[in-house]
Amino acid sequence: MKRLLLSLVLVLPLLAGCTKKDNVITIGEYDSMSGSDATFGLSSNKGVRLAFDEINAAGGIKGKKVDLKMMDDQGKNEEAASAVTRLITSNKVVAIIGGVASGRSKASAPIAQSHKVPFVSPASTNPDVTKVGDYVFRVCFIDPFQGLVMAKFASENLKVKKAAVLRDVKNDYSVGLADVFVQEFKKRGGEIVTDLSYQAGDIDFKAQLTQIRSKNPDAIYVPGYYTEVGLIAQQARQLGIKAPLLGGDGWDSDKLSEIGKEAINGNYYSNHYTTESTDPAVTEFIKKFKAKYNETPDALAALGYDAAKILAAAIERAPDLSGQAIRDELAKTKDFAGVTGKITLNENRDAVKSAVVIQVDGKNRKFITTITP
Amino acid sequence: MQDFVQHLINGISLGSIYALIALGYTMVYGILKMINFAHSDVYMVGAFAAYYVARWMGIDAQPGIGTLILLLCVSMVFCSILGLLIERLAYRPLRNSPKLNILITAIGVSLLLEYGGQVVFGADPKVFPEVMKDFVIFSAGGIELKSFDVTVLIVSILAMLGLQFLIYKTKIGKAMRAVSSNPGVASLMGVNPDRVIAFTFVVGSALAGVGSVLVGMKYPKIDPLMGMMIGLKAFVAAVLGGIGSVGGAVIGALIMGLSEEMVVAYLSSTYRDALAFGILIVILIFKPAGILGKYSVEKV
Repeated sequence: MKRLLLSLVLVLPLLAGCTKKDNVITIGEYDSMSGSDATFGLSSNKGVRLAFDEINAAGGIKGKKVDLKMMDDQGKNEEAASAVTRLITSNKVVAIIGGVASGRSKASAPIAQSHKVPFVSPASTNPDVTKVGDYVFRVCFIDPFQGLVMAKFASENLKVKKAAVLRDVKNDYSVGLADVFVQEFKKRGGEIVTDLSYQAGDIDFKAQLTQIRSKNPDAIYVPGYYTEVGLIAQQARQLGIKAPLLGGDGWDSDKLSEIGKEAINGNYYSNHYTTESTDPAVTEFIKKFKAKYNETPDALAALGYDAAKILAAAIERAPDLSGQAIRDELAKTKDFAGVTGKITLNENRDAVKSAVVIQVDGKNRKFITTITP
Repeated sequence: MQDFVQHLINGISLGSIYALIALGYTMVYGILKMINFAHSDVYMVGAFAAYYVARWMGIDAQPGIGTLILLLCVSMVFCSILGLLIERLAYRPLRNSPKLNILITAIGVSLLLEYGGQVVFGADPKVFPEVMKDFVIFSAGGIELKSFDVTVLIVSILAMLGLQFLIYKTKIGKAMRAVSSNPGVASLMGVNPDRVIAFTFVVGSALAGVGSVLVGMKYPKIDPLMGMMIGLKAFVAAVLGGIGSVGGAVIGALIMGLSEEMVVAYLSSTYRDALAFGILIVILIFKPAGILGKYSVEKV
């Protein structure tokens, strides 16, 4: 034991000494590069890399090149926490671009908070994420807003009177969206005929769908992730359910239509941005993204890009590279012209912006309407 | 009533999938008295083999009976080879070691395949090729019987009958029973236990291959961890029916599928997995040998 302590005392200063470099700014990122929702992490990372490559090509931040350290959390909460710890303690990052999934951000953001390292999540939409503390930010809207958007869309645009809910009970995100949808939909005079649940990883949803079928709803709200939603859509159509499915940004992946095939077509979900937008910021981003990766960016890529750009702008404005200085500048972000809309961070460190409703049509995503807060 | 019949159909269809995998557990246990926890991961590799071959041959978008047969063959061949390799490299060297060592090795092989699979195939879910078109066979009063459900049920019953025939009516079956009851004496009687055990693994793994294609056809999402839950449930089904008994595996699997479906339908989906393991505990307390199993003293 004594020897172990002694060797630690000897080795620690060495480790701390050799990671310090003066001409680069190290920024950390962690996300699910593998695991069941890996496309979220992969997309988001592509957006982040594109942003930093552009920044580095233009001379970097404060004349220093950005060095992006990427960690994979394998889609697990405990891995996310350890990734953030490693980024802060051994890579000495000045800020962290956090995960996509809300559950994992909730597990890892407290670590960034306690080390006073600014943490910017591209797409964690659960309200509790930024409640962790004043170092935690996000560039996306929050779940209550998405639930509200769909409740509004269902009752006003689709004229839905009776809706069913099918939520992923294991997932904070899904439960959050479903709760707000139920509340808002009832407020608008609608009726929730049944509220059922499944668990991420299930492959058979026929029991729930058979029950939903007997209640004959006009629409079914399924605010889950694309992996299950694709299968749910197929099995719903197999059981002869014709009512449209509605969802949130967890649907946004090419895999959704690969898994759901034609069954997923015609269904609607709320999202952060649409590729059909004519806003120059969006068209420019899509062009650059296609040139680099040869694919159309999804919303996660756009959010990753915005998160990186907002963080870079804050670091550029900050007087020094301390966590405190960067945090203060991040909090001042106002009317930032991002790809996913004009972004202002409010006093809760959440982004305030509008959402779009999109209809699935094969690989295409048809823009239906914009709904503002 | 209409809903209840639909739940019944869904439950039997889910149970028949568990049955195909439970048969593999039960066979290996019947001969070797060991639980091959890697079985469900052999099934996963079978699904990926079919996926990659279908893409390589460009038949992932040509549903039809030919595609089904081809993918079944591909998956069975790959699974058999993998089963043989696992038996040869991981289990045979431990044949004379304590049972616990083999059990732990099986868990190790299982984890190796699951996480090795994430490295080789990538961890994000893949979409299984469309094997056949699903069509309605029978429809009355809103109740629909789909071709997939019927196919899976028929295949698992055929597999069960085929296994019964193999074990009780053929020469190799006789050898299997001999090895099962006493490998030492069997080898004195001119049976080569190594060969019989290898054959058992080939048949069991080929069944996993059949299962993987049928599951892929019904639930077209495959990922390296797909065997975990389904494998555990099938294992519980095998224990429920009486591990080592072929008929018991099918009965146990149907009970599992039906009770899961009814739990989700009439209670809550949250209890789905709890139920499976609840059943396991209750069975182990009250009837450790399972429904069709014979009680015997086990030396571990």
